[in-house]
Order: sequence, then structure tokens, then C-alpha cells
Amino acid sequence: MRATLAAVAARAAPPQHRGPLRWIRTELFGNWVSGVATLALVGLLAWWLWGVLDWAVLHAVTAPNLEACRAARGSGACWGAVVEKYRLVIFGRYPYGEQWRPLAATLALLGLLIASCIRACWTRWLAVAWPIVLAFFFVLMGGGVFGLASVPTDRWGGLPLTIMLSTFSIVLAFPLSVLVALGRRSALPAIRSVCAVYVELVRGVPLVSVLFMASFMFPLLMPPGFAIDVLVRVLAGGTLFAAAYLAEVVRGGLQAVPVGQIEAAASLGLGYWQRQRKIVLPQALAMVVPGIMNSFIATFKDTSLVTVVSLYELTGSFGLAFDSDAEWRPYKGEGSLFIAAIYFAFCFSMSRYSLWVEKRLSRGRAR
Amino acid sequence: MNDPIIRFEKVNKWYGNQFHVLRDIDLQVGRGERIVICGPSGSGKSTLIRCINGLEEYQQGRLMVDGIELSDDVRSTERVRREVGMVFQQFNLFPHLTVLENLTLAPTWVARMPKKEAEERAMQQLRRVRIAEQANKYPLQLSGGQQQRVAIARALCLTPKIMLFDEPTSALDPEMIKEVLDVMIELAGQGITMLCVTHEMGFARAVADRMIFMDEGQIVEENTPIEFFGHPKSDRTRDFLSKILGH
Repeated sequence: MRATLAAVAARAAPPQHRGPLRWIRTELFGNWVSGVATLALVGLLAWWLWGVLDWAVLHAVTAPNLEACRAARGSGACWGAVVEKYRLVIFGRYPYGEQWRPLAATLALLGLLIASCIRACWTRWLAVAWPIVLAFFFVLMGGGVFGLASVPTDRWGGLPLTIMLSTFSIVLAFPLSVLVALGRRSALPAIRSVCAVYVELVRGVPLVSVLFMASFMFPLLMPPGFAIDVLVRVLAGGTLFAAAYLAEVVRGGLQAVPVGQIEAAASLGLGYWQRQRKIVLPQALAMVVPGIMNSFIATFKDTSLVTVVSLYELTGSFGLAFDSDAEWRPYKGEGSLFIAAIYFAFCFSMSRYSLWVEKRLSRGRAR
Repeated sequence: MNDPIIRFEKVNKWYGNQFHVLRDIDLQVGRGERIVICGPSGSGKSTLIRCINGLEEYQQGRLMVDGIELSDDVRSTERVRREVGMVFQQFNLFPHLTVLENLTLAPTWVARMPKKEAEERAMQQLRRVRIAEQANKYPLQLSGGQQQRVAIARALCLTPKIMLFDEPTSALDPEMIKEVLDVMIELAGQGITMLCVTHEMGFARAVADRMIFMDEGQIVEENTPIEFFGHPKSDRTRDFLSKILGH
């Protein structure tokens, strides 16, 4: 006997019961225990949120009035402390009357960074804009020309310094890390060991000690009369430190590219650098975007450690602003929320950007 | 044989210190000759053809490809690679580039061809493997058979004198083997030198000028397909053929 196969026509999938109301009913109030737990947790959350709202908004003092702040102590936030101190926090010890200069310089640098993140701006003009904006930044910050009063780098501080240090560390560390990662996979043993020693040495010590060395020990090793600005030395230290970590992230990506890709590129006659640039790196870097952004964000926040060598970037100038003033010192907590919000705004933007990059790069990867 | 395009002279290769993978290989391949290489896995057949474009180095002997000796010199290897196209078992298309970009990569970066000319030539090759309509897709959006045909087109873009095929149909679903073999048979009729590692014996009978059987790093037997399949000389060959043709 031969069974004849009856063709089964395609049917629609059975309806899926979704929607918020249904989810609440099944997941939060499925039985009386979870119902009670839900109500209890919602009540707790509401009570806590009300407390935050009460402290941060309803009973808060927004005027820079010390008397009012003292009166509200314990029941309301003193945002007046932030209003009183924000210029010192954001610009540090930069001369008060000249603070339009770091403001304009930082806005220009931020504009450049944002433009560099937007695909439509990736033209030849961007390459021209980088040196121009950087020159603009340093001339405006440092002065001494065009009738601008000279401001030495030890007076630079606050957010401009944070952004400048992170920009340089990241922009310089990234290509360096790619070279080091490639070096660790080189066919030449000498290059391999130099890169491995560099990574292990730098990664094996705390950033603070690298900064101390850059700041205090490096000048001792130099011939007398030969001086490099402390800012440059610290920048170099931070960059070398960031690059060591980043190199290992990049190396992870390189290892994930199948060897067949390299062989195919080689069999087409592509030379070593062409293979890396056209085939290996695009795939390797795309795979480790989350790790790279992790390192970038860490580098951004690590700039706060330059305080130990007396450079007052955002965290340092925040400490300076409140610690030096006994009257406002009790409201340092409010100040710390203020700089936390600034850090968060930057880090969150970076992380959203990396998500966008991931999505863009995943095109063509899906079946 | 006068003026062979490939000449192996007593080539020896070891993996590490122990594994002697190629043993005293002497082989000459004439211009336009089509050779099919078979043998059990681990017999060195892939290693043999991978030496021809310098993907594998050898430790002893001499290997000349189109008048260029393959040596440690990177430049001579790169010159040879422009004359030799290769197709891999796992296709090895570049997943981050479209089909068209896969094909124009070498012409623009190795041969420094203008973009427009490279694209015209790429489309010509894609038509040749009957897949021109997929030019703007990404490799992973194609079936295995389509990917392998793109890989063949990519290898042809620099108009190589020699084509190497390393088990080109072994990773394909049975239904897709034929479409790839058809393209290869067509190519075989166009005068290009071909070396093909494969166990597709129907294909071998149809196109090979010469069969080579390898075992344990040696060339055990070489002959015309008729003799090779009809009257294998060695027991080892006979044994191998009975296994792969028997099922």
C-alpha cells in the first residue's frame, strides 16, 4: 500500500496574546501572592520616589542663598550651591573674566567630535577641520597671541580639560592600539615580544602610578633645561595606558576573524597592509564595538585621576570648588550630583552612539 | 613536457618537526592542462595546491610558477598570486562586502584598475557564473552554491593563468553541487590551467587531462582518466577508488 502525501497548505501562526494589560494580569497578578507582592513593591517604590521628589524639587532651594539652604538642611536639596559654584566646577581655576575662552574652545571641540560621529560629515573637510579646530582650541585656551592674555596650562581646568584629555587619549590611543594588536600577531618574533611586553607592563601598573611617573619622574630623567609641559606628559601617559587595554580588545576581534578570510585576501594578491585594512580590521573591529566603547568610556572617566598630579579637570575642580569654601562645603553632595549628571550625559551619549554603530555594521551579516 | 607552467622539483614540506606532509614531490603541469587530484584526507593534496600560490611554504626543493620561483621573498609570492586564482572549500567570501565589492577588491587595490572598469569586469564575470542579478547582495544572503559561484567569479577577476580549486563542492548541499560543477566544466573548456582537488569523479572523467592520486604525502599514481579509472596501477589506488566509487 502506498500512502499519498497530501500537501499541507501554509497557515498563519496562532495568535500570540500580548499587550501590556494582559502582561500585567498574568505576570504581576497571576495569583494572590504575586498580587500582594506587586502592591507592596509598588507602594515602596512610590514612597521612595515621593521622598526623592520632595527632597529634590518640592523642598529644594534653588537660589544661591546660604541662609535658605541652612534652613532647608535635611529636608530639601540645596541646588543653590550648584548655582553658586557651577562656574568654578566647570572651568576650574581658569581666570574668571576669561572664561568665555574655554567655553568657546570647548564648544568648538565638541562640535568637531559630534561632526566626526556623523556619517554624512565624513568628507575631506573633516580632515581639514581637525587641525584647525585643535589649533583654535589651544590658541584660545593658552592665549599669549592676538591680544589674548596668556593662561598657563596649570590654570586650565574643569570640563574643557576633561574633554580635551579624553579626546586626545582616545583619538591617539585607538590607532596605537590597533598597531599593537597587529604587532602581537606579527610573524616577526621581535615585534611580537615588544608589543606583548608593552601591554603587560602598562596593564600591570595602576594609572595613578603612570601619571605620577609622567609628572614627577620623567622630568628627572631629562637633561636640565629640557622641559615638556606637564599636560603633554600626562596626556602621553594616559594615552599609553588606554592603548594597552584597548589593544587587547582589538586583539580579541582579530582572533575572531577566520583564517580563511586572510587566505582568500592573500590569494587575491593583497599585501599585508591591504589585507589588514580591507578585510581583517573591518570585520575585527565590528565584532568588538561594545568592548571598544567600554574602553573609551573608561578612558573618559579615568581622566578624573589627573587630579593626583594637580591638574584640576571636572572632578578636581569640583573638589576645589567645595573643599575650599567652608560655608558651602556641607552641600558638596548636591555638587556631586551635578557633575555625575554631566559625566552621565557624556557616557550615555557614547553608549547610544556605539549601539548605532553596531546596528550599522551588522548590515549584511544577517541571513 | 616543454615549458611547463608549474614545476615542482623534489619539494618537501613538514608541519612542525614531525609531520612530513609533502615527500619528494616532482610534478610538471603544462599550459592549459586540467588536473584532478584525489586521495584520502591527510594525504597532502590540499597542501600541494596551496604551495602553488604561496599559502603554504615548503622547506626543500624548488617550485616554479610561470617562470617565477616561489621563495621567502614576499614580492615574488605576490607576483605569483596575481597569476593564480584560488577557490576554497568554505568559499571565504568577505561577508562585510557586497558581492560586487568582493569582486572589485583585487582589481582596484592590486591591479590599480579604475573603479568603473573594475565593476564592468566584475559584472562580466558574474554573468559568466550566471549570478549577475545578485551583485548588490551580501554573501551571507546567498545559498552555498551561489556563494561558491561568486567565489569562482572573484578568483577570475584578475584573469589568472592558473585556477586552483580546493574541494570546491565538499561544503555544499547535494542539490547545489551541480550548479558549481557546471560552471567549472564551462571554465575547463576555455583553455585555463586548472588544478582541482575533488572527489567528484564524474567531473574528473569529464574534464581531467590527467588524474593524480596522492597518499601519505606522495604522488602515488598519475594517468589519464581512462587508464586511471579503468586500470589503476597500484593497489592503493584501486582500494581508494573502490571506496569512493562503491557507495
